Formats: sequence, structure tokens, C-alpha cells
Amino acid sequence: MQRQSRVKDKSKKRNKKTVGMPGERRGQMSLAEEKAAASRLRLCSGQAALHMGFAAIYIADFMVQAVVRAEPELCDCAIALLEGTPPLRKVVAANDAALRAGIELGMTESQAEDFCVVQVRLRSLAQERAAHAALMDLGWSVSPRVEDTAADTIVLDLAGLSSLLGSEEIIAERLIERALLLGLMARVTISSNLETAIHAARGFAGVTLIPAGEEAKALGGLPVSVLVTSDGPFPRAEILETLDSWGVCTCAALAALPVLELSERLGQEGVRLHEFARGASSRAMVLAGPDIHFEEEMELEDAVPELEPLSFLLGRLLDQLCARLAARSLAASVIRVRFELEPVSENNVRSLNDSAARKAAVPTYEKFLTLPVPSRNSKMLLKLLRLRLQAGPPQTAVLKIFMAAEAARPRFAQGGLFLPSSPDPERLELTIARLANLVGEGNVGAPELADTHHPDTFQVRRFLAPRVAAESPSKMHSANHKAVAALRNAAARVDCKSLAAAHRTRMAFRVYRPSLPASVEMREGRLARVSFNGVRGEVVAASGPWRTSGDWWREDGWEHDEWDIDVRFVLTPAPHSAPLSSSQPVSMKRQRGALTRLDLFSSNEREPSAQHGLYCIYYDLARGNWFVRGMYD
Amino acid sequence: MVPSIAFGHGMPCPTEPFLAVESPMSGNLAALRLQVETALAGRVAAPFSYRDRKLVEMVSAGIPEIDALTGGLPRGGLTEICGPPCSGRTSLLVSALASRTAQAEVCALVDGRDAFDPHGAAAAGVELKQLLWVRCRNIEQALRSTDLLLQGGGFGMIAVDLSDIPAATVRHVPLNAWFRFRRVVEDTPTILMLIEQEPNAKTYASLVLRVGFERAQWMGTASENRVGDFCCANSSACLLGGAGVRAEVVRSSVQPIGGGAVGVDGSVGIFETEAMGGWILPRRCGGRRQKQFQI
Repeated sequence: MQRQSRVKDKSKKRNKKTVGMPGERRGQMSLAEEKAAASRLRLCSGQAALHMGFAAIYIADFMVQAVVRAEPELCDCAIALLEGTPPLRKVVAANDAALRAGIELGMTESQAEDFCVVQVRLRSLAQERAAHAALMDLGWSVSPRVEDTAADTIVLDLAGLSSLLGSEEIIAERLIERALLLGLMARVTISSNLETAIHAARGFAGVTLIPAGEEAKALGGLPVSVLVTSDGPFPRAEILETLDSWGVCTCAALAALPVLELSERLGQEGVRLHEFARGASSRAMVLAGPDIHFEEEMELEDAVPELEPLSFLLGRLLDQLCARLAARSLAASVIRVRFELEPVSENNVRSLNDSAARKAAVPTYEKFLTLPVPSRNSKMLLKLLRLRLQAGPPQTAVLKIFMAAEAARPRFAQGGLFLPSSPDPERLELTIARLANLVGEGNVGAPELADTHHPDTFQVRRFLAPRVAAESPSKMHSANHKAVAALRNAAARVDCKSLAAAHRTRMAFRVYRPSLPASVEMREGRLARVSFNGVRGEVVAASGPWRTSGDWWREDGWEHDEWDIDVRFVLTPAPHSAPLSSSQPVSMKRQRGALTRLDLFSSNEREPSAQHGLYCIYYDLARGNWFVRGMYD
Repeated sequence: MVPSIAFGHGMPCPTEPFLAVESPMSGNLAALRLQVETALAGRVAAPFSYRDRKLVEMVSAGIPEIDALTGGLPRGGLTEICGPPCSGRTSLLVSALASRTAQAEVCALVDGRDAFDPHGAAAAGVELKQLLWVRCRNIEQALRSTDLLLQGGGFGMIAVDLSDIPAATVRHVPLNAWFRFRRVVEDTPTILMLIEQEPNAKTYASLVLRVGFERAQWMGTASENRVGDFCCANSSACLLGGAGVRAEVVRSSVQPIGGGAVGVDGSVGIFETEAMGGWILPRRCGGRRQKQFQI
């Protein structure tokens, strides 16, 4: 709620300064004023019953809003957008504050930059596409029947939604609020006539409700320039000039003209204009196909080489993506991030004259974030993404960011009463990412045994929290039953004595990775003494050899003869410099994960039994050396 | 009952009835008490009241003898298993992991020197899919990983295996690290188990268990090598059958829910481990086992 209210406050400020086309007095109002204006309009229109018709959503100053959506800190600023190739860039759009400051459409870049108070940005088609996709998501969040009228306009069919969402006013206010969450300042008009709803949305700020039969009256005060269609810019400039020369400036004046005479002078365009002005035109709605692609792009004017500023930009894109997913009641199961990077060598780029080839030469960097459960928690996703990028950052500075989310249904889980607690999947994913950052990507996960007889061969798979929360009530029921049975079994285990006879504890094994080189002394064909890692001991018992072999068809085939040995260590230290066997490599003394003499005898003074040790040693027939595989512990 | 502040055992406590007697000393004590309470107001609720020791839930360690000796492993507490190499520490750890994963709990193993054997653990009954294995290279990574796992929460058991790290290195870990671990794990259902060569967490550990190697069991048919019940000679006909492990309760400060049996300091128990079916047989019998021979 706090976030929503904050966004609302910001939008109010933004609306006050930026929203509204030149000449539209209502566009300069705050959100509250717009709502008040819409309320007054409804009162002026009488208390006629409203039919659930069409809702038109219009984004004023769409190009500017698309930029502001990507850079929310610009919401209070005067903004001018440039388009074209330098040095021929010209101002193609500006918000009201910039126009008041003196910016004019068509100004050159240098002229626009002379205005210190105006933020000059490049027009971004990618951001406009994303803003339009967000606008479509806004429509689909309310109604499945949406018309993609224009980049800045959509129309929803509200038929049958009253029982689900409430009255028209509630739906309109909900649309305004959701648009704010998506970073857009929208105007909403509800009317039983589709074209009237579109024209009124272009003319009136805030929420406008037009009762059936009141269309002409509602449109009457609007300028003729708001009458546009989805076919393109309509009316044409020459028709507007003609109407202006006649003194026809408003829709009411146009509607008052006789149709026949108007068609004689302006043709079919004049007739259509006349229908629009009267609110009498009718056409079928062109439905847009549902789209579940969630993509956001951001082109950076300056390359970003460091991760910290990059994470701010990623956070913005994630916020936008998550807001869009939330509007559609979906969540992200996979986040894909692609960076376009700065070329490593400038010479390589200069040598490429062809622009297409240069474009193809732009290096890219891609990262996938696969989530254990679908999520739309942007903060958590950002943390995960940052950890991934820290582990493997892009080689050069980032020029462009592309982010896409694979949508999935969000997880709805209910914990069972008798189920054991387990880590929250989202927090667990974050913890695993942090651990992977600490110890390395392949060193965290669930061990999985490999289908081979090779000793100590396994894989570390991605750890997924067991879905203890059942997905369906029946599964939940059975899971609870299982949990209760497990608890009963656990209670039964308390009677240790009854189980003691049946229960045998397995002897565990500790592996030395890699195996420790050893030297072995044989006596009468039996193992007599063993020395490894600086310690020496007498073999008091042994079992073996056990030959294992495999992968003989490969270069790294193996063939081992294994012994289990009981070693009684000699307390006098074995000289490091004088190994028992000349075959013993010098590098054996200090190996990662190896025991040292200090470890073996650190507590021997108090524990005489520690002088014994059970080890598994093997003779590698391929290499012709002895090794210690591990110890029984 | 544990006094929470300076008035230790043997010292008169101001809350006792004798304070009612009017004397200059009691007046001074009352004034002193008031002064201390005022100074600690807002930070300590009742500085002079006794704090009940928390009742903890005990769960099976997977070894009946150990359960009988200690009452089980305390949830929300730090359990230290210490002993020299080949003393059975890892067997106890693996049994505990098998017991917890069998109850559908999610466990984590912080492997200080990457010595965990997944094959043996699977044979011992550990559900590997429910085990988060963190393979560390040094003690710094192990401690930081433990911290992250504890902060993440939700694990039934977090085992920290520092047994291959030199005892001197572990000894240098500041006490506040163990204190922090203990405080984080308190009031959670997580069992924090520490495997090491020597006990280091001092009084922050709820249960300290020392294990030691008793004897190895060798099975075989070579009569010339048989001594007593065990075939302990150096023979190809012998097979390592297991080992006896001696466990001693060094310290136990747990008070289980329901007043079950708890380990008494100094009490000793012995359990047997079997090697059959663990590291040896599944792999050797499943592999290309060949005729035994002597080289």
C-alpha cells in the first residue's frame, strides 16, 4: 500500500507537469483534479444509466512516457526527445514542461541542448514497444477482449464484467491504479460507443464515464483534432485547416453542420468526421491475440562497465517485468538477460565498413536464471541476478540490456500441519546462489550417484527443495497421512532397545580428493608397512586385494587393486625427506584435503586408540603407484 | 534454573524472602538493585529473576545406542561430535543425516575439506535429494557457508564437518562465531551438528559427544589367522566387517520436552558399525570383480 501511494504521489507530480498535449487544459491537471473533472462531467451528463460498454485507455505523450517509464527519476523533469542520425537529430516529442520552457518540435539537437532545464533524450523504439506491451497487459488484466487500437491507445470490452469487478467507475479507477503500477499515466473513458470512448479518452484527462445517448454532448466541447481513427492520422491537416477557416473548431460545431453539404465539400472523410463528432459511428472491435511474451529492453547512451550501476538498471527492468506479470496474475519461471557489449577492440570495428557486419560483430552476453518456483519478487530476482553476474561478469561494458521472462502460473502452496518444515524455495535459491558465489558453481547442490563402477564418481546436481507442500488437496491429504505415519514411526523408534538388535549402523567412509600417494612395504607377499603424507604405520590387518576396473575402451581407463587395512601408526615421525619408497612422489606431503601428521596425532596423547586407523588403499595398475583412497570413520 | 546475572550459585539472591528483614545491608541491596534495574531498564526485562532453561525437542540420531546415551540430538542447539580420525564421527554424522532425511527433512552438509562420500551415504540410507552438499576448501568457506545456511533457515539439520581441518586451526576460530551460530539456531527446529577433532564451542554447545575407535572387526575363514572372534590377520580371505565405536558424553545441557532421558556427563556407550553394504560390497560386487590374487 505504501508503495502504491508513493507511486501515486509521484504520478500526481508527473501528471501536473508532463501529461497533456499542447492546448489541452485538462492535461495539466493532477490526478485528483482529473478525477474530479471526470466526476463533474458525469454529473453534467445527468443520471442516465450506464451500460457496460467499452473502456478506452489512452496514454498521453506516449513517447515521453515510455522514456519516463524506464527512467522514473525524470517524472518531474521537462523532457525533449530527439530522433534521427547525428548531426540531423531533431526534437520529435516533448512534454508540457519542456514546451513551456521553450522547446519546439523540429528543433535541432544543439538548439534543444541550449535549454538547461530540459532533459534531452533519444527516442527509444524499444522502450516504446515495452510500454505498449505493458499497456496491453493492463488491458488483459481486466478483460480478455482487447483491441490494440494504436501504440498509445487500447480499447477493452467490459461486457459482463460488472459482477466480477464492480461498477464502471470502480473498473476505471482500477485501470488507472494498475497503469500507475506499470509506470504509465493513463486516461480512461468508458462509453457504450467504441469510437466515442477513444475520442473522449484523447480529449479528457483522468476517468470519464459517458452514459449511452450522451456521446454528442460529451464530445461537444472537444477540438476536432481529437477525432482520429485506428487507420492513421485522421482528420488530415488540410481538412482541419478547412474546418478552421469555416470557424468550426469543436466537435459540437462540426456535429451541427448538415451532412449532405459537408459530404459535398469534404467527401467521405467529412461524413466520417461528422459521425464521430455526433458519437454515432459504429464498428466492430478488432480483437488482439493474447500475448504471453514479457520482454523489456533498455539502450544505454553510455556504456556501463561496472556491475553496481548495471544492477540499478536491471532492477528497473525487473520491476517493470514483475509489474507486468502481476497484472496478468503470472510469475516468472525463467529470466533471460542478454547484454550487448562494447566491442573489445576498436580497430576491429573500424575495419568493418558495412553497418550490418558491424552489428553482427557486437559481442553479446547471455545469462539464464532458472527459478525453482515461479516468482515475481523483483528484489529477490535482482539479488539472484547480481550473484550470478558477480560469479561470471560480462567481459566489457554493456551497451544494451534485453530482459525476458518466461511466464508461468504462480505457486500457491499451503503448508501441511504435520509436514516437516523446509526452506522457503525463494530464500533457498538465494542462499544457494550466495553459496555458489562463495565456494564455486559446481560445489553446491545435491549429490547424485553416477551410473558407473568407477570409485568416487558422482555429480552435483542443482538442489531443489522437495515440494512438501502438496499441489492438490488430495495430495496434501496423502502427504499429511504420510507425515503422521512418519511421526508414529519416529515415536516407535524411541524404544531403542527393541530396535537395537535389528539396527546396524553403517560404517562411513571419508574420501581423499585427490587420492594420497603412498608407499607400501611388502613382506612375504603381504602388506607390512604403509607410509603416506608424512606418517608411517604397521599394517596389522588387511583385506584384499579387490580388483576393480572399467572404462578400458577409453584412454582414461582404470584398474585398481584395493585393500582395506588396519594401520597402527608409529609415533616417531617418519622423515619427510626420506620416504620409505623411492617411488613416493615428493608432492605427496601437502595435498589439499589430505591429513597431516599433526592431524593424525593431535589428540593421540590422550586417546591411545587413535593410533589405529582403517584405510582403503589401492595399487593403480595403470600408473604403477600406491594411493590412499580414504579412511573408514 | 540458571541465574541470568552476577548473582551466581552460592550467593544470596535479592529476590529471596530474607530481603524482607529490615537491616542496613538489605537497604543497601535494595538500593543497589533499584540502581541496576534502572540502568538496565529497556534492555533487560527482569535482571534479577531466574530464567528457566529452555525445553528442547530431542530427535533420534539414527543410532539406538547414541539415543539411549544422550536422549537424541537437540533441536535448536549446537551438538559437537569430536574425536580423532577413524573414530566413528562420520558414521554418526551419516546416521543422523539418514535419520533426518528419512523424516522428509531437508538437511545441509558443510563439508570442510570435501571428504563426503555420497556412495556410502546413499548405502547408509541418506536421501541424497534432500541433502544440500556444500564442498568447501577451507575453514573460512565452511564458517561462512554455515552462516548463510543458518540465515536461510528451514533446514532440519545443518552438519558442519571440520574433522579434516587441523585442530589448531579450528581452535583459532573466535568463540563468538560459535555463540552466533548458537543464537541463530535457537528457537528454530534446526539441529546444528559440528564434527571436529576437539570440542571448541565450550558452553555454547548443548551436547558434546566424544567418540573413539574401539576395535576393528574382521571376518574371514582363514583359521590360521583367527584370534578370538575376529579374523585379524593380514589375509586375502579376510573382510572388514566393521568397527566398534566408543561414545562418551562430555557435556550435556539439554532439557528435553517431556522430561525424557538425557545424557549424563561422563556416561559412556559403545555401538558397532558395519562396513558390509557400505563402501565395499555394492561397488565391488557390482563392478567387475575378479579373482582374488596376491601380488
